[in-house]
This record gives sequence, C-alpha cells and structure tokens, in this order.
Amino acid sequence: MSAYIASLVSVIGINLILALSLNIITGFCGQVSLGHAAFYGLGAYMAAYLAKLGAPLPVTLLAGTAMAGAIGIVVGLTSLRVRHDFLAVTTMGIGFVLLGFVRKQKWLGGELGISGIPGPGLDAVSYALLIVAFAAAVLAFSLWIKQSWMGFTFDAVADDEDAARTVGVNVSTYKLVAFGIGTALAGTAGGLYIYFARIILPDTFDFVQSIAILTMVVIGGTGSVWGVFASTVVLTLLPEVSRAAADYRLLIFGAMLMLVMRFSPGGLAGLLRKPA
Amino acid sequence: MNALAEIDDLHVSFGGVAAANGVSFTVERSELLALIGANGAGKTTALRMVAGILRPDRGRVLFDDRDVTALPAHARVRLGLGFTHQIVRPFYSFSTIENVMLAAGYARTASPWKAITSRSRMAARDKARAILERFGLGAQAERSPRALPLGQRKRLEVARAIALDPKLLLLDEPLAGLSSAEATTMADLIRTLSGQGITVVLVEHNLGEVLRVADRLVVLDAGKVMAQGAPSDVMARDDVRQAYTGVV
Repeated sequence: MSAYIASLVSVIGINLILALSLNIITGFCGQVSLGHAAFYGLGAYMAAYLAKLGAPLPVTLLAGTAMAGAIGIVVGLTSLRVRHDFLAVTTMGIGFVLLGFVRKQKWLGGELGISGIPGPGLDAVSYALLIVAFAAAVLAFSLWIKQSWMGFTFDAVADDEDAARTVGVNVSTYKLVAFGIGTALAGTAGGLYIYFARIILPDTFDFVQSIAILTMVVIGGTGSVWGVFASTVVLTLLPEVSRAAADYRLLIFGAMLMLVMRFSPGGLAGLLRKPA
Repeated sequence: MNALAEIDDLHVSFGGVAAANGVSFTVERSELLALIGANGAGKTTALRMVAGILRPDRGRVLFDDRDVTALPAHARVRLGLGFTHQIVRPFYSFSTIENVMLAAGYARTASPWKAITSRSRMAARDKARAILERFGLGAQAERSPRALPLGQRKRLEVARAIALDPKLLLLDEPLAGLSSAEATTMADLIRTLSGQGITVVLVEHNLGEVLRVADRLVVLDAGKVMAQGAPSDVMARDDVRQAYTGVV
C-alpha cells in the first residue's frame, strides 16, 4: 500500500466513524445535530493535548472519546427541551460556542491549533489499518444497535416521542444514550485524526465539516448503516478522483443534498428499498 | 388500600382557568369505570393527570398502594398503568405488528443496557400476533397503520396498551369518530378486557355505549366530581341530567 493510498484509507476510515456516529444520533434516534464536528474537535484537542504531554495512543484515544461523550451528554440534555428544527439550531450554536472557545485558548494554540503532535508509533500503512479496524468496529456496533431492542426503541423515539412514552420508554434516557454514544465515537475519530494529521487547526472542526458529515448521512439514507457506509466512501473519494469535484466540493455536496431531499428523502437506502 | 387507584383532590389550572378543581374518586379492582361529563368538564384533564402526562398543581394519585404523583408517564406505564390517546398515535414507521411488539417486549426496553444486549424479537412477535388476533387485526399484522381505517387504528392503540400487561387501563375517548357498529364492537371489546381482570377507566362521550358497558360512573362538571355510583342511580339524578344533557 502506497503512502497515498494509506492516507486515503485513513481519511475514509475517519469519515466513516464520523458519519456512522452521527447516524446513531440523527438516523437511529431522530435527533438532528448540526454541530457534530465540534465533538470530533473535542476528541482531537483532548488527544493532541495529552499526546504532547507524552501520553500513549490508547490513553489519548480513550480520553478524547470520554471527553467528547461527556460533553455530548450535556449537549444531549438540550434535546430534552427542544425538538426538530429548534434542536438543529441549538446544536449548531453549541458547535460555534465550542469552536469559538478553542480559538481563544492560547494553551490550545488559538487560531494556529496544535502542531508537533508525536506519531502513533506505527508506520503509515499500519496506522491506516488501525483506523480501518476502528471504522469496522463502529460499523459492526451500528449494525448491532440497529438489530437490537435499542435500535427498535430508537426508531420509536424518532417516530413519535409521546407514543414511545405510552409503551413505557424513558425517552430522555434513550436520547441521552444516543448523544453519548454518537459524540463519544466522534471523539474517537478526533483522537485517530491527530496521529494521522500530526497537526490540528480549529477550522478542521467547523460548521462546514458538520454539514459535510450530515451530507454523508442524508445521502446514504438517515438510519441506514450500509447506505451511510456507501455514501461516505463515495463522497470521500469523489474529490480524489476529480479535480473539479475537489474545487467545488461544497457546491457539489449542497446540490446533492438538495436533490436527495427533493427526489429521495430516504437517500440511497430509500432508493433501493421497495415501496411499501 | 382495597381500591386499585385513588385520585385525591387533583387541581390544575391553565392560565388562571381551573380545569380540575379538587377531583377525587377511587377506582376499584377489575371494574369498568366511566368518566363522563359535558365538554370542558375536565375528564381528559383528570385522565391525563392519572396517566402522568399532566402534572397536577395539587393533589395526589395513588396506584396499587403507591404514591405515583411524582412519577413520569413512562414510569407509571411500567407499574401497570397503561393509557391510550384521544387521537390515535401509532408508530407510523412501524408495521401494525411492530407497534404491538415494542409494547410486548417492554421488559427489554426497561433500560438502554437491557435493550442493547437483547436481540431476539420472537417472543414479542408471538405475543403481539396473539393480541392482534384477539383484536381482530391478525390479517393486518404486516400492514402499515396508515393503511388501516380509524376503527382498526383505535383497536391497534388498545392492543398496544394491552401488550404492556396493564393492571389499569385509561382509555381516552376510544369510541370517538367510530361508526355506530364500530363503536359497539369497540365497547364490547373494552367490556371483555374488564371481564378478564383488567381495570378500565374510560372517558367517553358516547353515553349509550357507556351506560351499556360501565360498572360505575363518575360525573365531572366544571372540574369537580358532581356524582358517582351505579349508572342507573347516577343517570336518575336531575342535576346530572341537567349538567350533562341540558334536559331535566
């Protein structure tokens, strides 16, 4: 595997973890989040900070995961008070607040971010394979959730929260669990990213990144694990195979989002599904 | 406490208007109790407070020897206090049988840990299928609730509540919007549930069916209990006839 392929595989793996983790919150549990990149950033900053202090990879990854998950649960508390578009705007605002905070922290490098992050102790190919292993684990975990009673219950919460309460579902707890799992996994992606990039900048985790992750979920089909898998791989590779796609990435993503919303709100998975 | 539920001095106001103004009554085990009254009398408000959907400003709800006033609706459901909405609320993204399955597997959804470690849906599917057969919905099991007429969706709502093995079932206008024949079928079904040991509290405007199936009536007027007792005794009272029908 060449260094270029290893790099590409690493990016696909990280994007898969991000998209699948958002799919747990938005696709499975129906809680729209427009600030997912903030948790990716929280995991990255936490891991980078500890890595610079000399902490080994397992510790930095765990800390990044825990940090993002803990803040994610706090943010999830907002989902208990607001729903739908109000929740979307709230999560977007929280993303701005977290990013704005990081930009002003000198100890986190401010606008310049954190550079000089030590390597993972693995060569590029081995590290790419480690990322793939994590992405595969998140994929398997997503499939497990989907087929378990947790997935069934998430579907009910996404469909109608009040009706879910009538069948004894503690809606608040399930929503917090979805936020906790999804944001923690975004933190894991952040932790993996720092050893790949070796430098992190606040812009990497901005609103545009949140929308890019959401695009992967929506185009794949919210709630569909394999649909999100396919769209993430395609949308990550698209800028690589076409220079024009790279230059007009945002424009293309935006246009695809609009087309999917207009012609197939169920995304790729919706297109393949038989009509009821 | 011999009664299954004791509703004690419930008060609630909306914008200064008292919707419940000291509602008190008891629900005996295995009875079919009907809450009746004119529009705005506070029937649905009282039922929602018993179910835990609405928090009273004052008063308490005792259920099965336990004060459940502070418990949210989902926790009361798990204690055996089931309820159905006035406007049917099936999960439209589920099939008919999946609607009942989720309720039938309530032990598996008691906590996220139990839910994530449980995968088999066989037992819940079998239980749900048996309940749907009982409710005359067996042939509709795999159809979307959207495809069901209102009468069947109302039955689905009650079937889903029954799958939770409730001790007390609160039904909010289950006959509303049904044709005369459908209303009779549904009322018979509710009577059957009561005969099987499930205590039922019914809020209903269809007085004819109520009088046919209820064991006891509680009449609400302006947020207060005006009368209660056997249907024939209650309906013989002039003040009840005046308040409820406008006819003395």
